[in-house]
Amino acid sequence: MKITLKVWRQKDAQSKGRFETYTLNNINEHMSFLEMFDVLNEELIQKKQEPVAFEHDCREGICGTCNMVINGQPHGPMRGTTTCQLHMRHFKDGDTIVVEPFRARSFPIIKDLVVDRSAFDRIIQAGGFISVNTGQAVDANAIPIPKEVAEAAFSAAACIGCGACVAACPNASAMLFVSAKAAHLNQLPQGKVEAKRRVQAMVKQMDAEGFGNCSNVTACEAECPKEISVVNIARLNREYFSSVVGSETVV
Amino acid sequence: MSWVTRFLTSSLGKKFVMSLTGLFLILFLVVHLAGNLKLLPAFAHDPADAPGMAFNEYAHFMTTFPPIKVISYGLYLFILIHAVQGWILWRQNATARGSIGYAVKNLRAVNTNARIAAGMGWLGTIIFVFIVLHLYQFWLQMKLGNLPMTDYGAGPIKDLYYIVAETYRNPVFVIIYAASMVVIGFHLWHGFQSAFQTLGLNHKKYTPAIQFVGKMYAVVVPLGFALIPILMYLQSLNA
Repeated sequence: MKITLKVWRQKDAQSKGRFETYTLNNINEHMSFLEMFDVLNEELIQKKQEPVAFEHDCREGICGTCNMVINGQPHGPMRGTTTCQLHMRHFKDGDTIVVEPFRARSFPIIKDLVVDRSAFDRIIQAGGFISVNTGQAVDANAIPIPKEVAEAAFSAAACIGCGACVAACPNASAMLFVSAKAAHLNQLPQGKVEAKRRVQAMVKQMDAEGFGNCSNVTACEAECPKEISVVNIARLNREYFSSVVGSETVV
Repeated sequence: MSWVTRFLTSSLGKKFVMSLTGLFLILFLVVHLAGNLKLLPAFAHDPADAPGMAFNEYAHFMTTFPPIKVISYGLYLFILIHAVQGWILWRQNATARGSIGYAVKNLRAVNTNARIAAGMGWLGTIIFVFIVLHLYQFWLQMKLGNLPMTDYGAGPIKDLYYIVAETYRNPVFVIIYAASMVVIGFHLWHGFQSAFQTLGLNHKKYTPAIQFVGKMYAVVVPLGFALIPILMYLQSLNA
């Protein structure tokens, strides 16, 4: 396959970036999108040029690092797919593909396609955990959890924290991420205890990080590689209102 | 900062205010449409009545009955809150994207129209401009008394029907009105169901019904509004 790439190149956070065009003549359709970038980078290194910086780790769709916006879509055109799991067979021979980094004020660019997503870490530090001060793990069946609840919590827990929701949202809102993390913990008995405090703390941190406000565009769900539903956002909304207005908890 | 202030200035609190004021305005539109229908001869109490009698009596009641007056002040306030808050959110959301946007835009959505959902700020601004024109044309003239009086046997009352009929003799105003109703329809297409989602009311059993009612509402109500001046214009051609 012949592929023309227009890739955003930016030396560092302070520099001004620009698009560079590269042509790759020998791309195998079974390659993943990242493997195509590996080929590009090898060519660039051979030509003594700076390779394109992009994040990647597991390459099996669970680490949430391979973030790029491909032709205007975070993680590319396939639904429920991370960039590393996106294959070149979904493109046509001769295609021009525009690759940009995630764009959000709260995700500053570090280099080329790599952005700093530590805002997400700070939201997790604010409330995305349970305070369990015990030794041994209890038997899995000691606490009965209805199947529907376990499934709802699990589908929220599938969030890999990649930030595609922020990148896709016209408002750069982090609501899908925050709501998934809250829905994962708040529904289970171990997490329920701290739910009231958790939702207030996480929303407070989310706002402090400068993410936009959710206006229910639902682009987040459409682009989420784990297909997390905006049902979680509604859940966070009502849990937040009931915590702020209906409980004594103040964060 | 008290918990109330913190709530109302949080991103979720601001959206909460948007959804509640929005739902109030949605209810108001139904009442307003019911009143406007009295402009048409088909909705007169008696076909033999003078044209606009039902409408003028209704307008007189709405502007003089104290509880309605109180609600009307609430309405002005809610329109302003919804507009100002909307602009603040729009501004903040644009800033959150950062200084450089995407070179290629490709917006997908689930169960709503992405373009409408992302364009609520623009749609709302057009609606606001329309409301200002609308208030100037009718509300202000009513308040200032720049209109003739009429009498149906229960004392003189303001003939609002007269200036409405005069205004929609002019096809330009009919077109502006109808076009604004299309914009309101788009705004409601997203806004109706979005208000429920923001309040946290997303439920497997009820959400399909909410989305259906919302889409019906977004078509039927603006269409009802738009038909009135169009019919009045056609009437004026025959007169």
